[in-house]
Amino acid sequence: MAAATLVAALLALAVGRYAVPLDTVARVLLAPIFDLTPTWNETEAQVIWAVRGPRTLLAAIVGAGLALAGAALQSVFRNPLADPQILGVSSGAALGGVFGILLIGTGWPSMVGAFVGGLAALGAVFWLAGGNHGSGGKGGTVMLVLAGLVVGAVGAAGIALAKYAADPDNQLPAIVFWLLGSLAAADAARLWVAVPPILLAGVLIIGLRFHLSALAVGEDDARRLGVPVRTVRLLTLGAAGLATAAAVAACGVVGWVGLVVPHLVRLAFGADHRWFFISTALAGAAYLILVDTVARTAVAAEIPLGALTALLGAPIFAVLLRRLRGDAHG
Amino acid sequence: MVEPISARGLGYRYRQGWVFRHLDFRLAAGELTAILGPNGCGKSTLLGVLSGGRPPVEGEICRQGTLALVPQSLAPALPFTGLDMVLLGRARAVSLFAAPGPADYAAAHAALARLEADHLAERSFDVMSGGERQLVLIARALVSESPVLLLDEPTAALDWHYQAHVLALLRQLANAGLAVAFTTHAPQHALDFADRVLLMAAPERQAFGAPEDVLGEDALSALYRLPVKRLRLPDAAASTAIPVFRDYLDRKAPPAL
Repeated sequence: MAAATLVAALLALAVGRYAVPLDTVARVLLAPIFDLTPTWNETEAQVIWAVRGPRTLLAAIVGAGLALAGAALQSVFRNPLADPQILGVSSGAALGGVFGILLIGTGWPSMVGAFVGGLAALGAVFWLAGGNHGSGGKGGTVMLVLAGLVVGAVGAAGIALAKYAADPDNQLPAIVFWLLGSLAAADAARLWVAVPPILLAGVLIIGLRFHLSALAVGEDDARRLGVPVRTVRLLTLGAAGLATAAAVAACGVVGWVGLVVPHLVRLAFGADHRWFFISTALAGAAYLILVDTVARTAVAAEIPLGALTALLGAPIFAVLLRRLRGDAHG
Repeated sequence: MVEPISARGLGYRYRQGWVFRHLDFRLAAGELTAILGPNGCGKSTLLGVLSGGRPPVEGEICRQGTLALVPQSLAPALPFTGLDMVLLGRARAVSLFAAPGPADYAAAHAALARLEADHLAERSFDVMSGGERQLVLIARALVSESPVLLLDEPTAALDWHYQAHVLALLRQLANAGLAVAFTTHAPQHALDFADRVLLMAAPERQAFGAPEDVLGEDALSALYRLPVKRLRLPDAAASTAIPVFRDYLDRKAPPAL
């Protein structure tokens, strides 16, 4: 899986409007370590280090973060169809970002807004569902899902209002493009927004992998086995919320990754908790790198990344759904 | 003698009324206890109360140490192999940010082997039969190394061979010093394997004692509303209990089609 991610990254660095041969890409990347004599021109190095490098790195970290968040939520909610949007965190972060654009402007205000909105959405979900945590069982999970639904609806309504109120000449297009999701604006600042929170969330989720897998069996059962259910659930939800907020803050709403990638990993490698979360993170990185590469190279103009992940994700999801139904019958 | 679990005046009720009350018994280390009673008499509820899942409405339970509960069935939301499922039994011993180590894997494999269920290690729990799942769940309880083992109808979905195998294993575990209790609908299980029987005849009518004393023909016939005979088979050391289904059929004709 690590190899596949590496190949995807190399490919992403090579292809594009200004094509760079794969061996040149490898040499440019290794130059700082091995002190190679330049066989490439300045433009090629510039394209790789300044343009495609940050973008590929951001795609990798966001893909890994969203995939991990999805995988973790599926265990906590005991539902293979859960993903970050269930929590309402994506909506909350999107609303926060939109308000950032509306009140101040694009760029850092939308990032800060997304962070604040995402974490606020997570807080709201906890507050709404909090009373049910102690009783455990299915009630707790149902309450959390409903709370996520409520928060998501508020987010969607707020976004609609903001669009209505926005200046149609410059604010509205900015909002719409940001909501579509794109990695085109990747730079060091956005990397700083995305990398530390997603790394932290990733370490938490991968660290908790064993006890997290126990939650998928059932909360009461896990508690009797000696799993500290509340702690694991709180840490996981926090980590998943953080990763989602960071991803939205860095590149807008990119959906479906958290739903599709964990399933592809389960299909390909099984659900062994020893490797599942790590494979999911790597697969998420590879997936988003590839999808983003397609987004910026398939046609002359760039396809919005969020639209493409949905376009790819929905059919894959439909196939999974059919297969799930097939299993239930067999 | 150490008593890992003792219950005094235990009672539990749902809105509709008492499931059981005034229940007095103990699960002692080294003893195998069978819990018998008709459908819906509260056997599973009692196990839930004993394992701490439901607080008792009345009375008190004294518990020493951890316990492992084997539920009747389990439907995990995500795919698990048999081995994954057994490993969950080690959860208490694995710290929050760690995963099971080689010792845990060895224990899980050993527990599956003890149940003659090695072949289920790599099988997906989803596609297992009810009986195979029960074997895996019993193995999961074993690896927790709890001094108390509670099993909810561990033999319900098992063929006769595995019924004998599981009950003999429970007997062995009790002999090794564990306190083991299981629910069952087969009085033979109690007569052939158990040291004690808790008979839950009605919400306020129970008996707790040695199987021979508690499971007389009259008590069993009343319990199951069906003639039950206690017979000694040729060469057998003790007598067993047999339901006379034919008698019931003759007495009470099935409704006309």
